[in-house]
Amino acid sequence: MSAALAPADEAELIAAVTAAHDSGTPLEILGNGSKRGLLRPVQAARGLSAARLSGISFYSPQELVLSAQAGTPLARIEAAVAERGQQITSEPPDFSALLGAEGAQTLGGVVGANLSGPRRVAWGATRDHVLGVRAVNGRGELVRSGGRVLKNVTGLDICKLLTGSHGTLAVLSEITIKVLPTPERRGTVVLAGLDPAQGVAALSAALGSPYAVSGAAYLPADAAATVPSLAWLGGSVTLARIEDFAQSVAYRTDRLRAELASFGRAEVLDDAASVAAWAAVRDAVPLAGEAGGIWRVSVRPSNGPSVAAAVSRAFAARWFMDWGGGLVWIAGPASEDAHAAVMAAARAGGGSWMLLRGPDALRAGVAVIPPEPAALAKITASVKAAFDPRGILNPGRMYAGV
Amino acid sequence: MIAQPEPKANVLARRDIIVAGLRALVRESGVIAEPRLLKPYETDGLSAYRQVPLAVVLPETTEQVAAVLAFLHGEGVRVVPRGAGTSLSGGALPMADAVVVGMMRMNRILDIDYANRFALVQAGVTNIGITQAVAGDGFFYAPDPSSQLACMIGGNVGMNSGGAHCLRYGVTANNLLGVRLVTIRGEVIDIGGDYLDAAGYDWLGLITGSEGQLGIVTEVTVRILRGPEGARAMLAAFRANEVAGQCVDAIIASGIIPVALEFMDRPAIHACEAFAHAGYPLDAEAMLIIEVEGSVAEQDWLLDRIKEICAKFDPISLKVSQSAEESAAIWKGRKGAFGAVGRISPDYLCMDGTIPTSQLPNVLRRIQEMSAACGLQVANIFHAGDGNLHPLIMFDANDSFSFAKAEKFGADILRLCVEVGGCLTGEHGVGVEKRDLMPVQFSAVELEQQRRIKSAFDPHWLLNPNKVFPLLPSAAALPLAA
Repeated sequence: MSAALAPADEAELIAAVTAAHDSGTPLEILGNGSKRGLLRPVQAARGLSAARLSGISFYSPQELVLSAQAGTPLARIEAAVAERGQQITSEPPDFSALLGAEGAQTLGGVVGANLSGPRRVAWGATRDHVLGVRAVNGRGELVRSGGRVLKNVTGLDICKLLTGSHGTLAVLSEITIKVLPTPERRGTVVLAGLDPAQGVAALSAALGSPYAVSGAAYLPADAAATVPSLAWLGGSVTLARIEDFAQSVAYRTDRLRAELASFGRAEVLDDAASVAAWAAVRDAVPLAGEAGGIWRVSVRPSNGPSVAAAVSRAFAARWFMDWGGGLVWIAGPASEDAHAAVMAAARAGGGSWMLLRGPDALRAGVAVIPPEPAALAKITASVKAAFDPRGILNPGRMYAGV
Repeated sequence: MIAQPEPKANVLARRDIIVAGLRALVRESGVIAEPRLLKPYETDGLSAYRQVPLAVVLPETTEQVAAVLAFLHGEGVRVVPRGAGTSLSGGALPMADAVVVGMMRMNRILDIDYANRFALVQAGVTNIGITQAVAGDGFFYAPDPSSQLACMIGGNVGMNSGGAHCLRYGVTANNLLGVRLVTIRGEVIDIGGDYLDAAGYDWLGLITGSEGQLGIVTEVTVRILRGPEGARAMLAAFRANEVAGQCVDAIIASGIIPVALEFMDRPAIHACEAFAHAGYPLDAEAMLIIEVEGSVAEQDWLLDRIKEICAKFDPISLKVSQSAEESAAIWKGRKGAFGAVGRISPDYLCMDGTIPTSQLPNVLRRIQEMSAACGLQVANIFHAGDGNLHPLIMFDANDSFSFAKAEKFGADILRLCVEVGGCLTGEHGVGVEKRDLMPVQFSAVELEQQRRIKSAFDPHWLLNPNKVFPLLPSAAALPLAA
């Protein structure tokens, strides 16, 4: 592949995509390439990087709104909002360690992949906080959707369609997101030694309590042992997080311990230990040291334990659960057999899967995400053509032939 | 009046055949074709626009919806989906050559799962019906549009409905897990499910708020949430709109996100107080309703902090509700605002733009200038936390000149919303009402992009036609999907 195109501004981005459209040249759409290992490998003549489209263009803390160019490193945005006591609500994960990537992830990459962390379970996904986009479709046309206000139902919601479309419909140029105040304090109620089904039952009770739990994870003993702030508990850990003003965290963790008393004696992690533990859950640190394939399976929370059990029967799986049991992280051999076992487990659980890491040959050869039923696949092909008629944007990234 | 195109003569001529075809697909009482019985379907919440449809069909199952759409698609007949008919933008307005597909008979709750915090319901279940079904166990469905007693979840999905509590809990799109969609060809597609974030394109996000342009939703899986320990409201009254706006900014800047933060201007305060007797301050220029959640001690602490902030803005009065009854009375005034305005004016138009919250004083000042210029009164209700503004323009429908002035006034307000960085609609949808204003917000290229997405789902443009997208000069200009 020749050197990646790197437009310096939106006008150059439009020119680059227009030229590729006119010549029918497929492009691999990138920021700094930190997520190239996700989904299917792209066969493209050239790369097109948005990395130079960088900078925060608008930030109004009292309106909870921030706009930044797509290539802005996420860490820069996080630092800027932290200065004003705010945060990115969906708690986007950083998979650099997991994927062995060196480049800093960008806002465009996080939005393009719709990546969300533990807070997803209570406060919504990244897609729920994208207010507006400026993007260039595969015809080289600038398409804006949404805006810089929190509530907007004007026209079809192209913001949501582009979020999580992995650069296959349009190249993001600028993104506006909603931010929220960072809670004053964090605390985590921890139960040690539960089996997976008990753990998810406890998490369901916690999430079904009136205390606004904002994180709910279960780590089996081997996973907990990799996280210093949890290893001392010696066994599996079941975690329920509260984020709020200090006195509310004290009150709510106390009440939650009482509410979960039937599951055993609970400990409470303080602010610093909570921050460390949830960063590890967010970035899948318990699996980062594993070689081979990494999968994420999303099911109804009560089916999480059966997914974990099913893959563990099929291969030597390492795993843990986030989102109250609804997100099962799995590490195992990077083989078609293992992938088939993950797909079967996800299907049996009535849910969805994603092959998050694997060698190119595996990613090119299997359904990295669930195939769409025929009626929907036909619509997908038409919508893809409606944005990118010549198929030049990240061809084959999500589905072969799309 | 917003123009509607001529009905298709070849469809009107085949009316009897079409009605007979529908009668073969659903039970006898499920097809309405008598003019007298069609009358209730001629309009929705935008009652200035009326048109009796060709026929109404009331399916009872997803399979019947699929059969009806496949049949109408084959016959080239336009389709208008309808829930409870509460749309304020004319989203369910029929056409003379269109069949209304009414979802009210699909009104069953199919599953409630507390451990996994979802409910599976049919499209014709009312918004409040979901909350009522789970309230006994301490749960609720969060989006709470003012029409929640009547409006149906299928319509909420179509319009991406909001409510007074979306600052904390989000709008419809943020509270869905899955839908069952019937395409215009009669294919049944399950989008999402009972789990978070299905991999693949976010069809759920695209369908939500698509105003019936892409298909008909027959079943919806919603998230249900456990309610807080309690909630309490307070009223804060100020001497000027600017000051109330600054107070909102200060509350948000303090790190407190109230579950609701509602603003009313002087005309709205007076109209609502006359209706609800909630103790609203009649000497104020602007009033905020601020609600917080938690235990009693947490409520006290949060309300004390908010009172301290409000006190810096020279309030006329600060009144914290002392009981659930007082909080309910405070909300009764706000939620009854539309009815309250209806008592002082024969008719009103309820507008729905969104603005950056910092623009509120400027926008209210300009609305009052327009009001004075055109001689129509306006009351403003504003979801202050999220910038969603509802000007209620009062007019007399028996006076066609008055209605034309009101429509123009409304359109000018929405243009102003876009001009200051906002949008045409925050939660009511484009429908017929704002269709011709779409070019104010979107470029021709952007509208074409949206039209091509519509074409991918509905190549012949049979679904809820002549809404959302400005009319094109001729049908031949419709962009068909590749």
